[in-house]
Amino acid sequence: MSKTMAPDLHEPSAGIPRPSPQTEWKHPSDHWMRGFILDNRASLGTLGVFIVMMAVFMIANPTVFTTWYLYRSVLTTLPVALFVVVPLVFVVTCGEIDLSFPATMGFASWVFALFVQAGYDPFLGIVAALITGMLLGFLVGSLVVYGGLSSLIATLGMNFLLRGLIQIINEGKSMALTGLSDSWAYKIFSSQVWGIPVQIFWAIAFVVLSAMLYNRHRFGTQVRVVGDNPDSAQQMGIDVKRVRVKVFVFVGIGAAIAGTFSVMINFTWWPTAGDGYLLPVLASVFVGGTPTWGGIGTVVGGAIGAVTVSFIQTGVVAAGLSGFYVQFFNGLIIILSLLGHKWNQARYR
Amino acid sequence: MAERLIELRDISKSYGQVYALGGVNLSVDRGEVVGLIGDNGAGKSTLIKILSGVVKPTSGEILVRGKAVTGWSAARSREAGIETVFQDRALAVQQTIVRNIFMGRELTGFLGWIKVNKEIEEASRLMREIGFTSKVFTPQSIVGQLSGGERQGVAIARAIYKQAELIVLDEPTTALSLTETAKVFHFVRQVRASGRSILFIGHNIHHVFDIADRFVVLDRGKVALTTDRSKVNSAEDLINFMEDVAHPGGLAGLHDAGDAEQRAR
Repeated sequence: MSKTMAPDLHEPSAGIPRPSPQTEWKHPSDHWMRGFILDNRASLGTLGVFIVMMAVFMIANPTVFTTWYLYRSVLTTLPVALFVVVPLVFVVTCGEIDLSFPATMGFASWVFALFVQAGYDPFLGIVAALITGMLLGFLVGSLVVYGGLSSLIATLGMNFLLRGLIQIINEGKSMALTGLSDSWAYKIFSSQVWGIPVQIFWAIAFVVLSAMLYNRHRFGTQVRVVGDNPDSAQQMGIDVKRVRVKVFVFVGIGAAIAGTFSVMINFTWWPTAGDGYLLPVLASVFVGGTPTWGGIGTVVGGAIGAVTVSFIQTGVVAAGLSGFYVQFFNGLIIILSLLGHKWNQARYR
Repeated sequence: MAERLIELRDISKSYGQVYALGGVNLSVDRGEVVGLIGDNGAGKSTLIKILSGVVKPTSGEILVRGKAVTGWSAARSREAGIETVFQDRALAVQQTIVRNIFMGRELTGFLGWIKVNKEIEEASRLMREIGFTSKVFTPQSIVGQLSGGERQGVAIARAIYKQAELIVLDEPTTALSLTETAKVFHFVRQVRASGRSILFIGHNIHHVFDIADRFVVLDRGKVALTTDRSKVNSAEDLINFMEDVAHPGGLAGLHDAGDAEQRAR
């Protein structure tokens, strides 16, 4: 072996200019604002899409878009979506998908409705719904993770299965919960404060807590690492399967809260509760800037995505277009957002 | 005699009917650099994965400081002070340098919340320690934006955090430039000087020969030779030995071919 080819292994430092240890770290963008924008480009992009969309709506129909009524109706229904959009960001980041949350919403809120109808305190009903959601999330997660199934198909199957169970037992009958309006639970979770639906405060608290969980908690960081490179995560001693099951449990909890809130808004539980949320919620996650391949995502972006999606329907109708335009605009916003995020991504070597 | 850090006794691993390892004994003492060499398919990677707890052996015993352990896993291996720099570096490329260094052992405080500033501080210290500094990236840079050598630096920084007792380097010089390779060797010497141990797995026998105190040659799932550096005259001796093991009786011309292959690297 010719020695000229090989590095000088005996005296490694000889002749090799090594960077002096005094060199300090420096951020490529010295200005804090540029750093902030780079770190939050996905959610800021989503915010940009939302602002442009609202501007278009306002120009189309200024009178409707300056009335409070419009915003109040969105603020009533939006929180329900937020409680499932946020946990789904965790699931997608982890490299999985969960399509069973609509049925979990229906199932957990059914348990809540049964407790309330039986005359128990609604708080007890909420606790029961949360436990139901956790158990269903654990069931779905275990099926996917320990059964080694594709989460796309397995959760779709679980969605049909659970919804089918609800339908079989209830035979399509709904439950009216008129007593709910006098309860403390209703005042705390579903009334209005200064004309603002109180649900939105709970939803914002949930988003903020989840964003911290995602960015600054062991759970969130392990979810990201597992979604990024599960083999490495395992080699570094992370219990990959457990992390995966946990994200499904988190969706179960979110779906239970969402289902309970939707029942409290309507004073009625329908066997179809939650069904309409499947596609708008999924769209919100991706409009929000969380990519499909896992490892990265944004909770705040997902929340802004949910706001965007819930304003499309209201906005299109309020702007004076017929309801037939809603789907078209839904699609348009989704495609434009995806293109925007594609262009806006961090680029790797 | 130096303290025996870790010992693998009679380790076997089979995948169905295929034997990857058949009764391997391997030990590492404190403060020594052991070079593990062998051809492709000799079972080096499997052995490393068993040592780091990623793969469970079919049979055999693992002893840490003379005590047999049960329930060996990746987490247990790291707790025992064994850090592995895997051949593929085991990095999550969409995450920051900090996240990769603290993968699987985040610095957390109350209720599992991460001590963000502490992690960044420690990461900068580690990167400086291994002479890995730059103006263009920070501990919060994304690993996917780093070059191969820089990524290796991240993997090594992860391994030396917490003063690991044994650092396993699986083909650390593959795909590295000459200066980067030299950095790795400098690092190995530093570790040995600090009294810790290294298990160095190499494809390039010249590299391993220059750095190791003891050699273990693996051939088709079995230990073919264990010898001290003092008993081997040159890297060529080792190569000859490996060829003899692989082709008993000695095939004419093979030596030259093997040598040429080495030179090509």
